[in-house]
Amino acid sequence: MKTILAIRVNGRWREDAVAENALLMDYLRDGLGLTGTKQGCDGGECGACTVLVDGEPRLACSTLAHSVAGRNVETIEGLARDGSLSPIQRAFHEHLGTQCGFCTPGMIMASEALLRRNPAPDREAIREALAGNLCRCTGYVKIIESVEAAAATMAAAPAAAMGADA
Amino acid sequence: MNAPDRQITQADSAREARGVGARLPFVDGVEKVTGTARYTADIPAGNALVGMLLRSPHAHAELLEVDISEALATPGVRAVITGDECDVTFGVIPIAQNEFPLARGKVRYRGDPIAAVAAEDEATARLAVSRIRLKVRELPAYYKAEDARHPDAVLLHENKKGNIEREVHHEFGDTAAGFAAADLVREETYACAEVHHAMMEPNAALASWDQERGHLTLWSVTQVPYYTHLILAQCLKMEAAHIRVIKPFIGGGFGHRTECLNFEVICALLARAARGTVRLLQTREETFLAHRGRPESHIRVRLGMTREGRLTACQAEVVQRGGAYGGYGLVTILYSGALLNGLYDIPAVKYDGYRVYTNTPACGAMRGHGTVNIRFAFESLMDGMAAELGLDPFAVRRRNLLQAPMETINGLKVMSYGLPGCLDWVEEASGWKERKGRLGRGKGLGMACSHFVSGSAKPVHWSGEPHAVIVLKLDFDAAVTILTGAADIGQGSSTIITQIVAEVLGIAYHRIRIVANDSAITPKDNGSYSSRVTFMVGNAAAQAAENLKALLVAAAARRLQVDESRVEWLGEAAGVAGDPDRQLAFPEVVEEALVGTGTLNVKGTFTCPPEFQGGKHRGGAVGSTMGFSYTAQAVEVTVDLDLGKVTVDKVWAAIDCGFAINPMSVEGQVQGAVWMGMGQALCEETVYENGRHMTPNLLDYRVPTILDSPDIRVHIVESIDPNGPFGAKEASEGPLSGFMSALAAAVEDATGHRFTALPISPDKVFDALHPRPGARKAAARPAAQPEGAA
Ligand code: FES
Ligand code: FES
Repeated sequence: MKTILAIRVNGRWREDAVAENALLMDYLRDGLGLTGTKQGCDGGECGACTVLVDGEPRLACSTLAHSVAGRNVETIEGLARDGSLSPIQRAFHEHLGTQCGFCTPGMIMASEALLRRNPAPDREAIREALAGNLCRCTGYVKIIESVEAAAATMAAAPAAAMGADA
Repeated sequence: MNAPDRQITQADSAREARGVGARLPFVDGVEKVTGTARYTADIPAGNALVGMLLRSPHAHAELLEVDISEALATPGVRAVITGDECDVTFGVIPIAQNEFPLARGKVRYRGDPIAAVAAEDEATARLAVSRIRLKVRELPAYYKAEDARHPDAVLLHENKKGNIEREVHHEFGDTAAGFAAADLVREETYACAEVHHAMMEPNAALASWDQERGHLTLWSVTQVPYYTHLILAQCLKMEAAHIRVIKPFIGGGFGHRTECLNFEVICALLARAARGTVRLLQTREETFLAHRGRPESHIRVRLGMTREGRLTACQAEVVQRGGAYGGYGLVTILYSGALLNGLYDIPAVKYDGYRVYTNTPACGAMRGHGTVNIRFAFESLMDGMAAELGLDPFAVRRRNLLQAPMETINGLKVMSYGLPGCLDWVEEASGWKERKGRLGRGKGLGMACSHFVSGSAKPVHWSGEPHAVIVLKLDFDAAVTILTGAADIGQGSSTIITQIVAEVLGIAYHRIRIVANDSAITPKDNGSYSSRVTFMVGNAAAQAAENLKALLVAAAARRLQVDESRVEWLGEAAGVAGDPDRQLAFPEVVEEALVGTGTLNVKGTFTCPPEFQGGKHRGGAVGSTMGFSYTAQAVEVTVDLDLGKVTVDKVWAAIDCGFAINPMSVEGQVQGAVWMGMGQALCEETVYENGRHMTPNLLDYRVPTILDSPDIRVHIVESIDPNGPFGAKEASEGPLSGFMSALAAAVEDATGHRFTALPISPDKVFDALHPRPGARKAAARPAAQPEGAA
C-alpha cells in the first residue's frame, strides 16, 4: 500500500506516494532517480548506501523510507554548491580518494557527517567514522588523506565548510 | 615512442597539470564524487522487466526435469527460460568452453543457474522462480581437489579424465644437476585458501532487445566488452553486427569480470525471449557465486642454494581446486609455473601443475593471476633457507638478481629491471638494518619481492590484429575525442590514455574528451586484464597522437607558408622557429587541417612482436610480456600474543613501473594491491560446507576495514622500459603477490613461528602460540628448527 511520504531531500520539500514497505534506498534510486546512492551488498555490510538523515549517517538499504518522514535527508547529489564541488568532494577527486568510485558516495557522506561534527579529526577519528564503509580499491590510504585535505581546506576557508541545509 | 619527453608547453591555467608524469586527478573523477557517474544498475530504463535466476540447490546432479509451466502461467511473468534456450557452451579460452549459460543435463555446483524469469516486478519474479519445479538425480560431489582426483570419482566433465582440467609438466635447465650443485636443499609445502575479488559493485546487466531489427544492446559490468560481445554472438547465434555492448562506469573488477559471465548471457537471452528490456541485478551472494577468484592451492616447493645464497634449482608442484568450469583455469595453472621465472636468476626450474575440477563455483583470474600463491611459497622458502645460511633476506635476493635485457630459461624477455633500486629504498625506508629482529617480542619486520606482466604478449584470441587500436577524432570544434575500447573499471585507464595524448599533442585538457567504451563507436580492444592497458593501449595512443600531430604540423606549414621542418609545435599554438611574430592558434591550425578533407580520424596501433610471445613449448605464451613490473616491500606487524591477532602497522612498497605516467595513480594502484594482499594474508577465505557457500557476504567474507588498514608508503623506481609508452610498465598487480610472505616473515620475526598456510588468521596464530595437547595442528613451523638436511 502506498501512502504519502512528506520529506526533505537535498533541501527540497517533497510529498510522494511511497509504498509502506519501501526502503529509503529504493525511494531515492527508483522513486527520485538519485542513483548516486549505491547498493553494494545484500544489506548492512558495506556502507555504500550511506546518506545523512538530519546530519547523521544512515544506511539507506536498511532504513524504511517512511521511518524518516518529515526529516532532512541528504545524498551525494546534494553536496555540491552552485555547481561547485564541496570541499570533501574536491579533496576525494584531487587526492584520488576515489578509484572506481562505487564506495565514494557513501565514503563522502560519512566524511561529511564527521567533519560537521569534528572539523579537525585525527587519523583515528577518521578511521572510526569510516569504519562501516568498505572500499576495495584504495587500501583506504588516499581516502584518509582526502578527508585530512578537506578538513584543512575547510579550516582555511570556513565559509566553504558550511554543510548543506544543516 | 619511449624516450621520456616531459617538455611541456604553456599551461593554460595554473590548476591544470599537463602531460605524462603529472599527478592528474582522474578525468572521470568529478562524476564519481558527485554521484552522477552511472554504473550498470543506475542506467535509467523505466520499462525494464526484472530478471531473476533459479540457482541449483545441488552441488552435483543430473537434471531430469525443469518444469516451468506454473512459473510461466504466473500473471505478470513475461518470459521463463531454461537450458533449452541455449545449446552453445561458452568460456573465455576458445579451447576450453564447457559452460552453458543455463545448465543443460547437469548442474555442477550449488548456485549453477538453471532457469531465469523476466517479470513485471520483483515480487512477481520471485514468485515465479519459486514455482519452478526440478527433478534431479544427485551425483557424488567433490569439494576438495584430492577427492575429485580419486580414481573412482565421477567425472564433472565427460572428456576430462581424473577431473583434471589441465596438467602441466615443464622442465627448463637441468634441475637434477642444480640440486646436486647446491649446498643446501630444502622442501616445504604451503596451502592457500580460496579468495574472491569482492569488488564493491555487485554484478548487474541490462539488455535491450529490438524486435523490429533483431538487434541486441547490452550494458554490463564487464572488464572485457569485446569478449562478451563475441560470446553473446555465439550463444544467441546472432551476427556480431547486430549486437552492441556498452560499458558504463564499473565499480572495480580485479579479474572477476575478465571473462563473459553467465548472468550477462542470461540477461540477453531473457530480453530476447521477453521481446523487451530486462534488468538483471545480482545480489552480493550471487556475485560471490559467480566467483572466478583465486583457487585454493596446495604447493610444494624445493629449492637449491649455494652457501653464498645463489639459487641453483627450483622444483615446484601446484594443485589448484578450479571449481566446476574451465574459465581461465588452464592459464592460471600455466602462469604459476611460468612466473617462477622472470624475478630472479634461476638456472633450472621444474614445474608440475594440476588444475582440478570440483563441485564449487569456478575460479578464474584474480589480480596477480596465477602468480600470487606460488610467490608466497617461493619467497617463504627462500627466507627460511637464507636464515639457515645466516644470510639477510635482502642479501639473498641481491645474490640472485637478473641483468636486463635478458631471456629467461623458459623464453620470457626481461627488458628492464628496477628491482635493485626497489630493494635499496625499502631497506632504507623501513630502517631494516637497525630494526629487523630488534623490535622485541610481538613486533616484527618482513620483506619480499614480486613481479607481474604488463599485458600478455599473446592475446587469448589470436586474430592477427594489432594488440591495441586507438582512434582520435579531430573536428571543426578543435576538440580531440579519444575513442578507445579499453575498459576503465576504476583503475584509471582513461586518465592514463588522456595524459599520453595530451603529452604528445601538447594541447590543453579541456580540448580532450575520451569515450570508453561502446562497441558501436569505439575501436575493439581486448579489455582490461593482465595489466595490459597502460603498456599496449598507451603505446597505441602515443602513436595515434603522433600521427595526428604530423597532420597538424603539415597544415601549419601550409598556412604559415614555410617548410614543415621550420614549424615549431607548441601544442596550443604552432609557429615558425625563430620568428615569434608568426604563430597560429590551435583552432587555426585545425581549420587549415580540415580544408578539403573535413573531420580527421587518425589511428594508432600497437603490436607485440613475435619474439616477445614466449617459448615454443606448449603453453609457452602464458607469462610472456614485453615488460615486467618489479616490487619489493617490507611489512611491519604487531602480534597480539594472547589473542593471536596480527595487525599490520606499516608497509613500505617500492615499484619499478618503468615510468610513472601518473604518479598519484601509481601510488593508488600499489596501495590497493598491497592492501588486497593483506586481506588474503590475514583474513579472507571462502568457505564451503557440502558445496554450500558459507561466506557469501561482506561480513563473513572479511575484507579489511579502514580500522585494520595500515599506512602504505609507496616509492616509484623508474627503469624506463625500452618498449613501454614513455618507458611505462604495469603497477597494479605485481605489488600484491609479495605481501603474504613479507607478512609471514614479519610474523615470524614477532613470534618465532613461520606460517605456511593462508590466511594467517587469529585462530592459527593462537594455536601456534599456545600449543595444547589435542589442539588441531597449526600450519606453522618453529623457524629455529628446520627439518632435514641437504
Ligand atoms: S548497501 Fe551495503 S550497507 Fe547498505
Ligand atoms: S574506490 Fe572502488 S571501492 Fe572504493
